[in-house]
Amino acid sequence: MSRVDLDAFRADTRAWLEDNAPASLRGRPGDMFHGTWGGRRGDFESDDHRVWLERMAARGWTAPTWPAEYGGGGLSRKEAAVLAEELKRLKLPAPLIGFGLVMIGPTLLQFGTEAQKRQHLPGIIKGEIRWCQGYSEPGSGSDLASLQTSAVRDGEQYVINGQKIWTSYAEKSDWIFCLVRTDPGARKQEGISFILVDMASPGVTTKPIKLISGASPFCEVFFDDVRAEARDVIGGVNAGWTVAKALLQHERTMVGEVFARSVLGGQQELLALARAAGLGPPEGSLEAPLVRDRIAQSAMDERAFMLTVQRLQDNARAGQPPGPESSILKVYGTELNQRRRQLAVEIAGADGLGWSGDAYDDGALGLTRDWLRSRGNTIEGGTSEIQLNIIAKRVLGLPDAGGAA
Amino acid sequence: MNLALTDEQKLIRDTAKDMLRKDGARRLRRLRDAAPDARFSRELWAEMGELGWLGLTIPEAHGGAGLGLAELALVLEELGRGLGPEPVGAALLLGAGAIDAAGSEAQKARFLPRLATGEALATLAWQEGPHRPAPGIPCMTVAEAQPGGGYRLTGEKREVVAGANADVLIVSARVGGDPEPRLFLVEAGATGLTREALDRVDAHPVARVALAGVEVGEDAALPGVAALGGVLDRATIGLAAEMLGGMAAALEMTLAWLRERRQFGVPIGSFQALQHRAARAFVELELTRSVVMAAARTADQAGVPAKALAQAASLAKARASDAFALIADEAVQMHGGIGMTDEHDVGLYLKRARVAAQSYGDAAWHRDRWARLAGY
Ligand SMILES: Cc1cc2nc3c(=O)[nH]c(=O)nc-3n(C[C@H](O)[C@H](O)[C@H](O)COP(=O)(O)OP(=O)(O)OC[C@H]3O[C@@H](n4cnc5c(N)ncnc54)[C@H](O)[C@@H]3O)c2cc1C
Repeated sequence: MSRVDLDAFRADTRAWLEDNAPASLRGRPGDMFHGTWGGRRGDFESDDHRVWLERMAARGWTAPTWPAEYGGGGLSRKEAAVLAEELKRLKLPAPLIGFGLVMIGPTLLQFGTEAQKRQHLPGIIKGEIRWCQGYSEPGSGSDLASLQTSAVRDGEQYVINGQKIWTSYAEKSDWIFCLVRTDPGARKQEGISFILVDMASPGVTTKPIKLISGASPFCEVFFDDVRAEARDVIGGVNAGWTVAKALLQHERTMVGEVFARSVLGGQQELLALARAAGLGPPEGSLEAPLVRDRIAQSAMDERAFMLTVQRLQDNARAGQPPGPESSILKVYGTELNQRRRQLAVEIAGADGLGWSGDAYDDGALGLTRDWLRSRGNTIEGGTSEIQLNIIAKRVLGLPDAGGAA
Repeated sequence: MNLALTDEQKLIRDTAKDMLRKDGARRLRRLRDAAPDARFSRELWAEMGELGWLGLTIPEAHGGAGLGLAELALVLEELGRGLGPEPVGAALLLGAGAIDAAGSEAQKARFLPRLATGEALATLAWQEGPHRPAPGIPCMTVAEAQPGGGYRLTGEKREVVAGANADVLIVSARVGGDPEPRLFLVEAGATGLTREALDRVDAHPVARVALAGVEVGEDAALPGVAALGGVLDRATIGLAAEMLGGMAAALEMTLAWLRERRQFGVPIGSFQALQHRAARAFVELELTRSVVMAAARTADQAGVPAKALAQAASLAKARASDAFALIADEAVQMHGGIGMTDEHDVGLYLKRARVAAQSYGDAAWHRDRWARLAGY
């Protein structure tokens, strides 16, 4: 697309957003965890959030680069970048967030059959179906391939029995993408299938687990003779491990990027906290040289990280799915977020220690909770240790000690 | 200075281990479920007093055991290991500590025996901002001398340990143009005194205190001057001891998990990536133990110069803050998903580490003071 076309696209987009983006949402960019999740039971923060989703979904702009035939925006990468910039210009939240858009959707585009894409992608794009991820089990976390949940073929269906754990938002989700063992006799990676299951199926039960940050967005999920359709196996029976890994790479790219991106503007947030804590005047240089140094360090790390994201993207051929390099983004992006959350509570001092109550304002309470929640960033989506193992072995090609992944 | 435990000290530690360490997390969770101003049990406090814990460092002449900070540190370490939320350190080192350091004989005789038995609880209200201010920043709470004698106290204090529960608050306030604040006894029922219990992330009892022209008599002023710094240094050392216990427990809990949890067909503790980090955490713990022991012994030296005490306290607190934060973060990480659950105790250590690191000056504050004291 030529520069001229792109400029025209920008002008149209800007005009459309000016006309259609609800005024109440401007200046309120969300992040990965704060936004509209959609789903059958989707509760919208406000009516404007509902309107915003409907208008954007109608254009396919909840999934701007997905093909238009499934309801996506059909935009080129450059157009999508323009759209993102225009959204940012008005500081608009994403109309829709969730695991459908960033995990199962891209995986279906890569591995799904035509029928599977037609069945599942539109619901994701419109925000009608909310998805959760059924990978981890009590005995299988880092060693995911050892998973035990079984699926036994019965006609056109599979009968699933077993347990998943740490399933984020399972109790609010409509469908789950699940790793199940379909061949108990095969080598552990070779007997796994990737299957989609409707959470409303008889025999599925969920039990929330409370996090240290006080929220309870993750659950245990139990499968007791649950029937799922054989046509919802993605990527072929006993070939689920390949699909699972590809999804993890999407997830890790996304997690790294999203956590780091939520850092954008982090410098401003940290500076404002420092000024509020009396560490500097309302404008100009901070009086506390140590805090100033750490804020600058965090800002520069963030910049270096975003440049790396861009470089990996530029290097990859358009449309090429992420490879083991996604582990770089996952490790660094999540640790960057943790360092920033830590710095934020440290700067706030005693104001960053609150748990609840009127004595603290909402911003201060958010600092505490976000700091605690950030400790999970280096665990979810595959721990940092596992990412470092992947970088050492698959990217650097270092020899195996014998033993683990 | 001898950094090995005497037989008597070992006995104190073992007794504390039996009585204070066990059950702490359960007591903490119970408090957490209670309203912020009910996070203190009078019954348990009286029981602790009866067993002698609350008089440990109070002079024998006033009903205590007359032991040193070296001994109290062992008790606080055990309390910290078990996550015990009782304000033992604050009561002894801030409350009784301030009266002992700056009070008149009459004030000591009036208060210390009741504090030693647990019949009454005293604490110190000194902090005003979200951070411990750099040395030389004046105290904003003022005490105006009244024409007919006595004082009128006006100001706000925060992060007052057990501030909503204490029977006696010792309040720091500036008199006239004095550079150093003086300390005043304010009793719980005083007119113009309001206390708001806070719900902080560690669920320990703490409050904000406001003094709106609280009138106190002449006998409420502690005669000792320039006492606050030393009192805070001793309390800082006590907190570092509690933190030492907390980090030791978090590490032990993690080592047990590294042995027990299996992935890839082997215990996760067999992975060198984790072994080295556990080993490094242990090295940090050992160094922290040395500085905490040294600090407590420095504080116990008769006539210890203020500067030596301050240096020892800063050395202990800076290291304890960093080491506890490191070990708590590592503990959660090495637990994996289960470490992020509210049900598991490891997260309680993470929360306590954060609050403790921030209390009485964070690591950077103490490094800054160390450098100042060393003349650079
Ligand atoms: C907030 C949160 C949300 C989550 N959401 C989901 C979800 O939606 N769906 C889902 O399926 N899962 C989810 N998870 C689970 C997550 O993927 C697992 O917790 C993670 O993969 C680690 O597994 P584990 O908890 O069993 O820890 P373990 O695998 O037992 O790991 C314990 C420790 O050992 C280390 N370790 C393990 N193997 C090695 C090795 N070979 N070398 C070095 N170190 C090693 C780990 O890095 C970790 O530090 C979530 C977790 C969290 C914390």
